[in-house]
Amino acid sequence: MVFTDFLFYVLATILLVSASRVITARNPVQAALFLVLSFFTASGIWLLLQAEFLAIVLVLVYVGAVMVLFLFVVMMLDINIDKLREGFWSYLPLAGTIGGLMAIEMAMILGNKYFAAAPNVSRPAAYSDTAAIGHVMYTEYLLPFELASVVLLVAIVAAIALTLREKRESKSMNPSQQVIVKKADRLRMVKMRSESEVLPNDQADKGDAA
Amino acid sequence: MDTINTDLFISMPEITMLSMAMFILIIDLFLNKNNRMIIYGLAQMTLFAAAYLVLSLNAFAIDVAYNGMFISDPISDVLKLATLIGASIMLVYTRHYMQLRQMFSGEYYALFLFAIVGMMVMISGYNLITIYVGLELLSLCVYALVALDRDNARATEAAMKYFVLGALASGMLLYGMSMIYGVTGSLDIGTIAERLKDAFEQNPDFIHNPVLILGLVFIVSGLAFKFGAVPFHMWVPDVYQGSPTAITMLIGSIPKFAGFAMALRLLVFGLAYLVGDWQDMLLVMAVMSIAIGNITAIAQTNLKRMLAYSTISHIGFLLLGLMSGSLNGFASSMFYVSAYVLMSLAGFGMILLLSRKGHEAEQLDDLKGLNKRSPWTAFLMLITMFSMAGVPPTVGFYAKFTVLQAALHVGFIWVVVFAVLMAAIGAFYYLRVIKLMYFDEPVDTALIDAPLDMKMILSLNALALLVVGLMPQGLLELCGVAIATSLPHLL
Repeated sequence: MVFTDFLFYVLATILLVSASRVITARNPVQAALFLVLSFFTASGIWLLLQAEFLAIVLVLVYVGAVMVLFLFVVMMLDINIDKLREGFWSYLPLAGTIGGLMAIEMAMILGNKYFAAAPNVSRPAAYSDTAAIGHVMYTEYLLPFELASVVLLVAIVAAIALTLREKRESKSMNPSQQVIVKKADRLRMVKMRSESEVLPNDQADKGDAA
Repeated sequence: MDTINTDLFISMPEITMLSMAMFILIIDLFLNKNNRMIIYGLAQMTLFAAAYLVLSLNAFAIDVAYNGMFISDPISDVLKLATLIGASIMLVYTRHYMQLRQMFSGEYYALFLFAIVGMMVMISGYNLITIYVGLELLSLCVYALVALDRDNARATEAAMKYFVLGALASGMLLYGMSMIYGVTGSLDIGTIAERLKDAFEQNPDFIHNPVLILGLVFIVSGLAFKFGAVPFHMWVPDVYQGSPTAITMLIGSIPKFAGFAMALRLLVFGLAYLVGDWQDMLLVMAVMSIAIGNITAIAQTNLKRMLAYSTISHIGFLLLGLMSGSLNGFASSMFYVSAYVLMSLAGFGMILLLSRKGHEAEQLDDLKGLNKRSPWTAFLMLITMFSMAGVPPTVGFYAKFTVLQAALHVGFIWVVVFAVLMAAIGAFYYLRVIKLMYFDEPVDTALIDAPLDMKMILSLNALALLVVGLMPQGLLELCGVAIATSLPHLL
């Protein structure tokens, strides 16, 4: 066994364990932290595959930005863990059977027969993954790249349109307005007939008419 | 340098739309509430400019741009033109409604234009990535627009459902695309078709490759979800009912052009060699859509929900044309989608016309005695309902007729008989609307108040259903020519 193989098995074990802890951890903060660990380990596996750009991006974007944001959200929300996990164990046998069946079905199709490992491509030592991706991104894939930026713009516009509220009118007092107020602004004179005593039977009808 | 110039030239309509959408976003900051009409005018101008560019730049020629990412062919020209005209009509219908509901904002118009760009990219996409990004652009705009009426709990719920299920469908589509990429080694639709052809010629058994079929299943599921075909239709009624009617109209009409184009590019341009497989899948979905759509619609009391189920059944007919797998079938499907969009614009336009501040005319009871309130409006609704039911002089009849004829040509006689029976059952709920309008006493007696331009365009729209139904040759020929010139390779 070569050293890289050994490294792969170590990383893969950590990845699988932490990924399963993401869905079994009781505490959502712990689950999010396990997700961070699995992202980090996955980037290690990518480094082994010489895909250094993807590895760096995974750490920078997912671990650095997305998951930190996610952790903040999880910490701020008041999540009732017991209510969320209600019925987890009673549904597990059925869900497990269905999930297992689906996994077996997929494995039958996606087995080695059609998805055998591609032969190893040997690259020169100075080969840069980042440069290669940058090259095709700005030439061959220019249009989808630009369109993706439009999608991001739409996301910004939509987020603002959905959350920005106009400033609510403040309830402060304006002293100068209060000083110049006149009696006519506040007081309304209403002419009414004087009230007279009525019999209890008539009261309901009179009340409706008024 | 030269190639990039031609690329820009070919995609000029999209570039114009994008630049104008961003311009509207910025100019909106400098306008106060009373001057929002300027934004409306700009949006309309943009749509006309884009339509002019579609027509004037190499119309009806086949050009590929951006390293095969983008194609401009007769199909894309016709569908883009139809999309832009539909969008322009929709802006006229929705202006008054949005003004009354405090949603007449720059964001509405910007997101609307971005959504149209998404549709145009889907129509012209010739690479799996381009098609997917176009689809996401459209979907993201629509999710946001559904939730634009923020204080409306129903709309927020609809947006949430639409978003979650839409994301799931996008995932399925992407998964299918990745399988196809895994087998053919290319994302380019033309290359995929070539690789499949070569592999098929070397080994005819190749098309039974399970990975290829698995990818196809996921792609068809994703498409069916976006169309709202049974069994992926559960979001349609809830979203149609919950969204503000103006946005329901946006979901229920012109995106079907883009969906049709996407189905054509993926299944016919790319995976034509798998026709035997996708034909079966589409057949099952078409038959179930027609049956469930028409039967469930009978039980609805909400007009928008009823139109949602009616859409599902129309999608069934549309798929029937695609399913037949012949040039004739594709042309009839294209004719059907045009007719459907014209009908749904008129139908939802009518709901917008009858709605007023604080009241949505979305219950069937709101239509009671419409003839006594406004005979002309009732007459327009009568034409629309007849057309949706497929009663002879209207375009709805002709559209169903051509689709069924195409299916008959490839020998699906029992399917055709079944579809006709279901259409007859469906006629019940359309005719019930007419009965309510003409023979019942009005419940709601408020005056119908709408701007003149909306009334005029709506009248023209409904009358067009009759006129195109009487003289369908022009549109039918246009669809036939577009399909025949864009698809030179026969199946």
